[in-house]
Amino acid sequence: MTEPLIRPKRKNPLKKTRVPLLPQGVRSRTALGLTAAAAEGRFQLQVCADCSMVVYPPRDACQRCLSARLPFRDVDNRGTLLAETTIRTSTDVYFRERMPWRIGTVALDIGPSIVAHLHGDLQEGQRTRLQLKLDKSGQAIAMALPAKDTPNMQDDPQWRELTCDPKFRRVLITDGRTAVGQALAEALSEAGASVVFVGVADPWKPFPGEEKLRKIGRVEIMALDLTDTISVNECAGEFAPRVDILINTAEHVRTGGIIERKGLTVAREELEVRYFGLTRLAQAFGPVLRARGADGVNSAAAFVNLLSVYALANWPAYGAFSATEAACLSAAQSLRAELRPGGVKVLNVFFGPLETEWYQAVQPPKVAPAALAREVVRALQQGLEDLFVGDVAEDIRARLAVNPKALERELGS
Amino acid sequence: MARQPYDGVFVAAPVTVPYRRYSTNTAHWWVGRAVREVIQKAGLKSADIDGLSLSSFTVGPDTAIGLTQHLGLSPRWLDHVPLGGASGVVALRRAARAVQCGDAEFVVCVAGDTNQVDSFRRMLSTFSRFAQDAVYPYGSGGPNASFALITRNYMKHYGATREDFGKICVAQRDNALKFPHALMKKPLTLDEYMSARAISDPIHLFDCVMPCAGAEAFLVCREDSARSLGLKAARLLATIERHNAFPQDPIQYRGGWALDIAEFYAMAGVGSDDVDFVQTYDDYPVICMMQMEDLGFCGKGEGPDFVRSHTLTADGSFPHNTSGGQLSVGQAGAAGGFLGLVETVRQLTGAAIGAPVPDAEIGLVSGFGMITYDRGLASGAALLAGERT
Repeated sequence: MTEPLIRPKRKNPLKKTRVPLLPQGVRSRTALGLTAAAAEGRFQLQVCADCSMVVYPPRDACQRCLSARLPFRDVDNRGTLLAETTIRTSTDVYFRERMPWRIGTVALDIGPSIVAHLHGDLQEGQRTRLQLKLDKSGQAIAMALPAKDTPNMQDDPQWRELTCDPKFRRVLITDGRTAVGQALAEALSEAGASVVFVGVADPWKPFPGEEKLRKIGRVEIMALDLTDTISVNECAGEFAPRVDILINTAEHVRTGGIIERKGLTVAREELEVRYFGLTRLAQAFGPVLRARGADGVNSAAAFVNLLSVYALANWPAYGAFSATEAACLSAAQSLRAELRPGGVKVLNVFFGPLETEWYQAVQPPKVAPAALAREVVRALQQGLEDLFVGDVAEDIRARLAVNPKALERELGS
Repeated sequence: MARQPYDGVFVAAPVTVPYRRYSTNTAHWWVGRAVREVIQKAGLKSADIDGLSLSSFTVGPDTAIGLTQHLGLSPRWLDHVPLGGASGVVALRRAARAVQCGDAEFVVCVAGDTNQVDSFRRMLSTFSRFAQDAVYPYGSGGPNASFALITRNYMKHYGATREDFGKICVAQRDNALKFPHALMKKPLTLDEYMSARAISDPIHLFDCVMPCAGAEAFLVCREDSARSLGLKAARLLATIERHNAFPQDPIQYRGGWALDIAEFYAMAGVGSDDVDFVQTYDDYPVICMMQMEDLGFCGKGEGPDFVRSHTLTADGSFPHNTSGGQLSVGQAGAAGGFLGLVETVRQLTGAAIGAPVPDAEIGLVSGFGMITYDRGLASGAALLAGERT
């Protein structure tokens, strides 16, 4: 049974911070299909479109019928752990400092044998569930879990290496004035975060929900104005070494496309809050996050971007807003590559209209802030990189995959 | 169509260039030394060598063709055999057909690799596409971890114990103590074997080979060529190879030998009882045990009992890996796939430089190699007989 994690002691400031190392992240182009699945927490393997053979390791020809049509498909992840070993000597520095490390051979019920990392509660001969996860290098690996959940299983050291679990981590929520920010503060406190810093611009100005927010356990409110470089830098100067998960909840939702807006005032505001706000956060907090990616139980783990799904395809009813969100998505992709050397994940959360005042006139379905917060916490616990929350987000994503041009026309009519 | 016999194929001039743990020299240097020694031993000149077969992991970016210019050879038959532990047997098989058909008269088969600090790690991480995609990111334990899984499964199914594997390793060390080129010079007891540190359970220190630099080579020619030079040679009786056998096995417990073993002995006209010594491919002792089964010395799953009921030293009831094998001599990259074959030729030509097998007339050598994902893919074997010329 997994030993529960012990709350980390305050760090001795004289001790050297362990430099983040990464496992080898080189993969064949075909194997990146696993990475795409892992990013969303799916278990996908190649399935031959001609003979239905399930194929692993990733190939470019089916080993039964030589077909080249080998798309990645969701498949049954159950199997049996045939054999296990505890590696005590590794040629790789990343694993060397994490020895001993267990791996095993899992025979999947659907055919192939997969060499996988092993959860501590799984023993040889037992039934198992495989999951695809992103390791610190950002590439997919298979992890074998016990067939049924076990107590404290999320605290297993090999599992925690793959996730961004908020338990005993310190979280910064950048805007506590929003309903989503407040819902996240509550959800992360419940998920065991050791402290939840909540940024509020001009904290002396009261705001709806403030009283409730202040009552949440381990919440600390602090001054943070994302439109003000000095404010962001001051906040980072004081708190950055104590932030393990940063969640940018800044939002600026206004209706209208590009033409109706007179002048650039609203567009500038949008960019100021969203794109430049993100840039300020990245510049102020990014270097410290990246340096602390292997800093023990409460290592830096994730940078979370909340993004409208219309970052992926413009919705002209909220056209200028969509454009700003697209800018933020593009920046997040860069950020992902820039934080990877530290083993810090960038989680992009896509959602449609929210149950908030700024989407008042939009027809349902809409996403409740509390539901969004729950999903974000789950994604962190699972170590995901891309998350789609709600029916609208799933729908946009599915239509985009089928025919991006059709989606463009449909959103514009 | 039945496989044509290997009549009239002789193997001579067995060469081992003494191994070193690390080498500042290149693979080309090691290969060059081995080829030179074969030529000298056979009383030939470079110009007489009209066939060359090369095996090496570290000769890159060159392949066999680059070596022709590097070594000043002008062969009319050229082969590159990148098959690791199976490369010796496979090189011999192909060279045998070349000399039988007259495509070449004298084929030098050579394997050589260097070992520089960190070259082993770099080779592991890029060994194969499957290793890169689906093995190396899993703890980077290298072959130790992969064979630990195979060993663990075999132990569970067939009741093999660490003591059984230890008996194989200890006997090989006894042989190695008499073999001047072995890197391991100290005696090994079963107690020391059992108490060695774990590397990747159930693999412990003395189950592992030591990567090193070295080269091995031999000469393949027709009987008449060998006789005209007055060479001491071994006659090829039969040889098999098989790749990616039993892909449906969820985890490896047998190798490709099992598919071809009947034809193997039939072709040689001998049975397993006639074999005087066996050189198995010993990257890990579990693979030796699998070979004892799959090469017909006992049934599947009877390997542990077979080991318990025999003495495995060169003077024992089942002389096995008589030079000490890779486990005690060292694993010089692809030369590890030649070590058993070169030792076989030495034993059969009365040229043993270590422990001789008394009255050895027929030897069996087996190869196994290339664990690109979860199992060794290549296997091969050859039966040879001493030729009293």
